[in-house]
Amino acid sequence: MSVYDIIALAVFLLMTTGLAVLLGGYMKMVFSGEIFFLSPVIRPVERGIYRLCGIDETKEMFWKEYSLGFIIFNIAGILILGSLQMLQGMLPLNPQNLPGVKWDSALNTAISFVTNTNWQGYGGESTMSYLTQMAGLTVQNFVSAGIGMAAGVALIRGFTRREAKTIGNIWVDLTRSVLYVLIPLSIIAAVLLMSQGVLQTFHSYVTAGTLEGGKQLIPLGPAASQIAIKQLGTNGGGFFNVNSAHPFENPTFISNLIENFSILLIPMAFVFMFGFMLNNKKQGRAVFLSMTVLFIIGLSVILWSEYKPNHALTGSGFYFTENMEGKELRFGVPWSALWSQSTTSTSNGSVNSMHDSYMPLSGMVNLFNMGIGEVIYGGAGVGFIGFIFYVILSMFVVGLMVGRTPEFMGKKFGPYEMSMSMIALILPMITAVILSAVAVSVQPGLSGLNNPSSHGLSEILYAYFSCAGNNGSAFAGLNANTVFYNTTLSVALLTGRFATVIPALAIAGELASKKIVPESQATFPTTGILFVIVVAGVIIIMGALTFFPVFALGPILEHLSLNSGGTF
Amino acid sequence: MKQLKISILMLLIFTIITGLAYPLLITGIGIAAFPHKSGGSLIIRNGTVKGSELIGQDFTRPEYFHGRPSAVNYDSALSGGSNLGPVNKKLIESVKVRAATVRSENRLDDKSVIPSDMIFASGSGLDPHISVDAAILQCERIAAVRKIDKAVLLSIAGKYSERQLPFYGKSFVNVLKLNMALDGMEVRK
Repeated sequence: MSVYDIIALAVFLLMTTGLAVLLGGYMKMVFSGEIFFLSPVIRPVERGIYRLCGIDETKEMFWKEYSLGFIIFNIAGILILGSLQMLQGMLPLNPQNLPGVKWDSALNTAISFVTNTNWQGYGGESTMSYLTQMAGLTVQNFVSAGIGMAAGVALIRGFTRREAKTIGNIWVDLTRSVLYVLIPLSIIAAVLLMSQGVLQTFHSYVTAGTLEGGKQLIPLGPAASQIAIKQLGTNGGGFFNVNSAHPFENPTFISNLIENFSILLIPMAFVFMFGFMLNNKKQGRAVFLSMTVLFIIGLSVILWSEYKPNHALTGSGFYFTENMEGKELRFGVPWSALWSQSTTSTSNGSVNSMHDSYMPLSGMVNLFNMGIGEVIYGGAGVGFIGFIFYVILSMFVVGLMVGRTPEFMGKKFGPYEMSMSMIALILPMITAVILSAVAVSVQPGLSGLNNPSSHGLSEILYAYFSCAGNNGSAFAGLNANTVFYNTTLSVALLTGRFATVIPALAIAGELASKKIVPESQATFPTTGILFVIVVAGVIIIMGALTFFPVFALGPILEHLSLNSGGTF
Repeated sequence: MKQLKISILMLLIFTIITGLAYPLLITGIGIAAFPHKSGGSLIIRNGTVKGSELIGQDFTRPEYFHGRPSAVNYDSALSGGSNLGPVNKKLIESVKVRAATVRSENRLDDKSVIPSDMIFASGSGLDPHISVDAAILQCERIAAVRKIDKAVLLSIAGKYSERQLPFYGKSFVNVLKLNMALDGMEVRK
């Protein structure tokens, strides 16, 4: 790694941040219903949708109604997507004549895509017909991100409103997210990706006669349209088995930049939008900085360990300076590392290199990012929600220290907000840890392993952390397409989704009804460097307390054997 | 019940907009603006498909440049990496075997440094590239088998080398294009 790599990474992150600020301002206009340049084109479509569905866009909802809408929309999505997969054998747009998907895999995939996770137990090119990919998976890529953004916006309204009963209309927020934000950005991204060589065709697979006289089956498909939204909507579900490591999904260094940029864009923009909606840009900046501190720490650890010598190899006379196993040459180590940090911090979960073959400490950073609930930028909307839980917890800790009722943005937090935050923070973590414990204790869990010993433990942990965090990336060596994994991972997926969003909406409803207390001399300043340190510290401590014991047996133990040159 | 009705209607409408209209629009733009690239960058010679510029092929014969190790033997119907952890015995063993193979094929001594891309398998198993160093290392062997001057090979390899960005990053070559050039087939750089 050269100094040029560091400069290039820094320039990339700065440019992404700059564009995220602009998008944040744009998204504020979208969710406040302001008129702007795209309105004349999209507004008629938006109105048509409300008319067809019988939605009164001026009618706002209480938090319970908003939550009910969220739950029903998710369940309806699961049922429809599950049936579509199981019936694909009888439906059109299936040039490879792929059969219907088995029930456990179909259920897992449906839940996974509806919860914005896109965990994939299957390999896309050998399982899903073009119809399923487009009309099933792509659709959920849009709406699962859209409804996550809706929930995030509702939570922000909890802070901006005073003595109000309602937190917005979920159908309006969903429709606006999709029509004004996700579709326009996806069109731009898809066209840019095609210019780099990403596929977009309905042609059936082609058999090539290779130069040495062999045969090679080349899978095709409408990939660009799905990849654009899979990155922008923090979905991450690949068109092909190896996701964005596949040359058809991510053919050049430039396409890699576009995709990595798309992963970070909306999660970052959401934070700035929060500042704009509060009319308090400094607050948005402070939240962004707290996240960025954690992001840079994680990225540095990954880069450092990927360039560490592997003593098991150097001991036997090999000289090399970078871990290229599972990485593509056109990206190299720095840009694979950046991607792995980006995809696990946001709830994206697409990969451009195989995380299973990363150095142990890199894997631990990924596990940590997902375990804390993906709050470093986080998923579209839901990452911000997760971060607010940590802010509430931090303000509580600060309140204890200075002996005042905890408050943030003029809203005082009571026992109700505290208990809701704790449910949302602890439930997914506990689910992940307990299910991992079950999986390492029973035969069906162990039989899926690709690596033995502590790395095997990491494989299982990674699967449950990824699903409970609604991330979707994998230590892909684990064979998770079994009834055991498909069902237990589904439990983790559902917990991760509902145990964070529903408490957030409850908090939003409660906060909206409260007064906004004016700032006084004794108010803890939440826009300064102290706030950044406290929140980042609380996140690290909370994560460390919960996961250290199991990390000691997994990645840390593996790291120690790496240092001593041992193998297993 | 009202919420359920709205949910289902919304899903149907968004299926039409994002599941059908959107991919068709993108496909249309692809056909109009990037017909070759959106179709899979296929290399067609005399009416038959020889491969895709983006997908690596398995090269084992001595007269061709060899690509990176692949966990799926360049079977593009599968795609995948080894997914072995860094201290897994299987990985250590295969790295040693790969290094020994590269050294014996190219008559290198036991202490020679081998570029990391030639001993570690790619993530997709279909990586079309090798580093320029890895190409140079194979020139001697190919020159001997093909009975041509090594300088010619080096110049072809130089001609096909590309960088991550014109002013930054690693340099690498596309193995399939390079080998087609060796066989006298013109390929777009």
